[in-house]
Amino acid sequence: MISTAYAADDGHGGGGGLPDPMHQFEIKRLFELELFGFDASFTNSALFMVIAICLITLFTVFAMRRGSLVPTRLQSVAEISYEFVASMVRDNVGTDGMKYFPFVFTLFMFVLVLNMLGMIPYTFTVTSHIIVTFALAAFIFLGVTLIGFWKHGVKFLKFFVPDGVPFVMLPLLVVIEVISYLTRPLSLSVRLFANMMAGHTMLKVFGAFVVALGFLGGWAALAFMVAFTGLEILVAFLQAYVFAILTCIYLNDALHMHH
Amino acid sequence: MPQLVPEDWAPQLIWLAITFGLLYVLMVYVALPRIGKVIETRAAHIAADLAAADKLRRETEEAIAAYEQALAEAKQKAHAIVDEGRAKLKAETDAERVKLDKELGKKSAEAERRIEEAKNSAMKDLNAVAADVAADIVQRLIGAAPAKPEIEKAVETVRKA
Repeated sequence: MISTAYAADDGHGGGGGLPDPMHQFEIKRLFELELFGFDASFTNSALFMVIAICLITLFTVFAMRRGSLVPTRLQSVAEISYEFVASMVRDNVGTDGMKYFPFVFTLFMFVLVLNMLGMIPYTFTVTSHIIVTFALAAFIFLGVTLIGFWKHGVKFLKFFVPDGVPFVMLPLLVVIEVISYLTRPLSLSVRLFANMMAGHTMLKVFGAFVVALGFLGGWAALAFMVAFTGLEILVAFLQAYVFAILTCIYLNDALHMHH
Repeated sequence: MPQLVPEDWAPQLIWLAITFGLLYVLMVYVALPRIGKVIETRAAHIAADLAAADKLRRETEEAIAAYEQALAEAKQKAHAIVDEGRAKLKAETDAERVKLDKELGKKSAEAERRIEEAKNSAMKDLNAVAADVAADIVQRLIGAAPAKPEIEKAVETVRKA
């Protein structure tokens, strides 16, 4: 069911004559579907996820179609992304973490392409939805915690006990450690979601200014938008990178319990 | 905020799981092995090339060492040949010189002997001439010729004196 609060919204709601900057984040059901009693409708969000995985797969397969020893430009890009993530995992987790490399690569490419697709006008930014980023972060958090317990057993709980701390301080510090550990999925997901949503909202607001200020004043807002779009492309890459590298750091904590 | 509409969460989560899972499978079984294989092949190729270059370099060094050794040996041999030749030549020259010296000595001895002979014969002749002259002089002075052995004896005595 389409939420009634936004069903009537035509994109120019919110009063005041300016278009609603949040309109771009609305989920639209392209066709309704129900699976096992759950609403599994194919939405605009799902469409862009499908586009993203098609792009990633087609790109990697097409770029590597010849697999030549001296790479073409496209092949270099594919190899660079591979090496980039591989070295990220190697440096942050170590060689024994390389078995999680496919997951980190998938995660990085997925988030990166979704962020970048969102920079194209009229597209939908999947990562601007907290539920998507939270699901990814929660999956990573649960997976990393399970790996930690599977690898170290009950000893993994020592991760929450800092070394060389006076005994009296321990109860307080353990509580802080546990809370900081438990907030990891939240910080991980909110960081990506907030960056994406804030950036796109800003762009929309200034886009409205360009129109509202008219032919005379609109140029300033337009110039700002051009610069801000550049910044947003940087943020799109950076957030994908941060998401992947934090995953690596959490994995390293679970595997090696480094503090 | 459209993000906080719980009715929209289920379809997003379901499609996230489907697409992310599918992408993971595609990456693991399709994309990553291809990229990894190419990178590994290249690394292996480079390593093989480096090893071949290293081998060739070592071979070159060995060849240079062998060449230098051969050169040194040849030089040594040449020196030996030169020394040997010089020694042989010297021996030959020495032998020749010794032979020549001997011959010369023999010749000079012969000459000396002949000179001595000539001198002796000349002396004998001289004695005879002196005796004749003395006999003649004595005859003119006293008008009588002394006995020949007496004159010869006197000449001999005078000459010895």
